[in-house]
Amino acid sequence: MNAFIRWIHRTGSPEYFYQLSGKLVPWFAAGFLLLLAWGLYGGLFTAPADYQQGDSYRIIFIHVPSAWMSLFIYIAMTATGIIGLVWRIKVAEIVAMASAPIGAAFTAVTLVTGSLWGKPMWGAYWVWDARLTSELILLFIYLGIIGLYQAVEDRRRAARAASLLAVVGLVNIPIIHFSVEWWNTLHQGQTVKLMGESAIHPSMLTPLLVMAVATKFFYAMNVLQRARTMLLEQESRKNWVRRIVEAK
Amino acid sequence: MSEFFHMGGYGFYVWTSYGFFAAVLVWTALVPVVRRRSVIQRLQDRAAREKRANDTNT
Repeated sequence: MNAFIRWIHRTGSPEYFYQLSGKLVPWFAAGFLLLLAWGLYGGLFTAPADYQQGDSYRIIFIHVPSAWMSLFIYIAMTATGIIGLVWRIKVAEIVAMASAPIGAAFTAVTLVTGSLWGKPMWGAYWVWDARLTSELILLFIYLGIIGLYQAVEDRRRAARAASLLAVVGLVNIPIIHFSVEWWNTLHQGQTVKLMGESAIHPSMLTPLLVMAVATKFFYAMNVLQRARTMLLEQESRKNWVRRIVEAK
Repeated sequence: MSEFFHMGGYGFYVWTSYGFFAAVLVWTALVPVVRRRSVIQRLQDRAAREKRANDTNT
């Protein structure tokens, strides 16, 4: 635990974080592009059409990874938000706040692609099903966090208030996850399971998992880029930022 | 090739989905790049302004 706290404090030094993340961004970008190419090729060319849904099911390769990201980023945002709240670490607060717009973007992609998949399969773009409704609420929570962060003048107080809102909104995450089990939903149940066998053929599962990893690389790249810029703004009076600005 | 774009009759739904996904990712990727440039520009302008103010005062 002590080693963990020491690691947090070291990484939590804004200058150290800025330099380290600057080195990591190109690697995440390269990983994202490679995996994206692999995932799209597998999903659009290699994988066969579904025996029930035909080619419409190919939306799965962006819909499901985006849906996983909408939850993954929320958890990452809340975790870094809590670290910021407990230890008052500026970098953690910034990473939490940089995550919110990315999470909102993936939630929007989930809702729109799901809607475009629902129309040919269910006959409707939208139904007030538990899975769809809880995911829509997730979008509103993201927007609320972004709005609250923008509304408060002091950046650090804004981040703490918005992180607290993220903690409250965490209750929605298990509701989204278990909605297909707790309620009788039109949305299908889980296809890919961590425990037990997945109900999907490897030729379809592989591109799905590749896209899931690709979107994680995208998040890692994007959140670091956003956090770096936010750090420059918030630390603009510090010497390390002056040096960077002068060198440009 | 046209069969590929046709997607067994689901072309509109599949390609609108992939198009939206691409548009959102490109937008999300560009926002911090543009923002970074404007922040650095602003900080440079401010440094130059403060330097001028200092020079005239002394």
